[in-house]
Amino acid sequence: MHQTINTAVGINLLHANQEGADHNRAHFDAWGITCLNLMSSPGAGKTALLEKTLEALSPSLKIAVIEGDMTTELDADRLRRYGVPVIAINTGRSCHLDSKMVAGGIHRLEHEHDPSTFDLVLVENVGNLVCPAEFEVGEHAKVALLSVTEGEDKPLKYPIMFREANCLLITKTDLVPYLDVDLQQLEANVRQINPRVTIIPVSARTGMGLEAWFAWVQATVAASPAALTPVAE
Amino acid sequence: MHEVDMTRALIVTLSDWLASQSETPQVSKVHLVVGEFTCVEPVSLQFAFEVQTRGTFLEGATLEIQETPLIAFCHRCQQEYRPEIGIQYACPDCRSPMEDICSGRELKIDRVEYAGKEEEAGTGGAGARDSV
Repeated sequence: MHQTINTAVGINLLHANQEGADHNRAHFDAWGITCLNLMSSPGAGKTALLEKTLEALSPSLKIAVIEGDMTTELDADRLRRYGVPVIAINTGRSCHLDSKMVAGGIHRLEHEHDPSTFDLVLVENVGNLVCPAEFEVGEHAKVALLSVTEGEDKPLKYPIMFREANCLLITKTDLVPYLDVDLQQLEANVRQINPRVTIIPVSARTGMGLEAWFAWVQATVAASPAALTPVAE
Repeated sequence: MHEVDMTRALIVTLSDWLASQSETPQVSKVHLVVGEFTCVEPVSLQFAFEVQTRGTFLEGATLEIQETPLIAFCHRCQQEYRPEIGIQYACPDCRSPMEDICSGRELKIDRVEYAGKEEEAGTGGAGARDSV
């Protein structure tokens, strides 16, 4: 008989991913870049929101996009029209971006551009309400999107992403008159999971609420520790 | 199925940990602590672990998952409570939102088991073999 030896490990399952995320964030901080991680289910309007965001903010902020998609570059092509670097990462069969994939994107940004001239990196995660919430990529803040067509119960059913979000955008609000969705209930459902989240209802189609979102992005960039880092001469 | 990615993360994390140890034993059992308030489904994780460890240093190892319940702490009532996942997260007594989570977010490799060296093994091995 062999004697069984028990050894305590006590390491988080996602330790390797977390180390990679911290490493990515250290790069962003050194370059004075603020990184936002955008997450939602497929079709909630991440790319439409990014189009409006690039259009409005790229004159005043130097922005790059890291675009995660399972198979195609369709979304990346949509965003390249706005004249900002868009680094597409095909995640293959993986349903979320992880810190290693984003590190690959960062190295491409470093190779093709001078990263210290950038202010903001927007990461568009793979459309999925479950996994992206558990895999940090090096972001300074998490932004979740929930479209009004998804229903007010989704925060209760998929709570982790809403718990982790710093900002929640309720998207496609122009459709509210055609739906039975109860926006007050939706907000209440989010608040009981995450009382500190900033909630901004928006419509990329009509522009309603976008000014508040742009203001949130600008304030986050200004408040980020990365923004305080002096650019090396 | 994101348990595939979780298992990949587990293999990488454990491989890194083993590399930092003075000896690299053959792991026979991995003990995980998985919180109820995570994106991990234990049954799917068991399946993914069995499939994905084939041909790796963890081949043949078994996975033991200990689940921990979601427990929150209400500051207003100064007491712990069990939120009902999917239904109600606020405090059942005062309706305050879920602020602090005491348990349920764990995704931890708690410990590993492996067989000791021959010389460390206890006596009676032959007897045990005979009885099988």
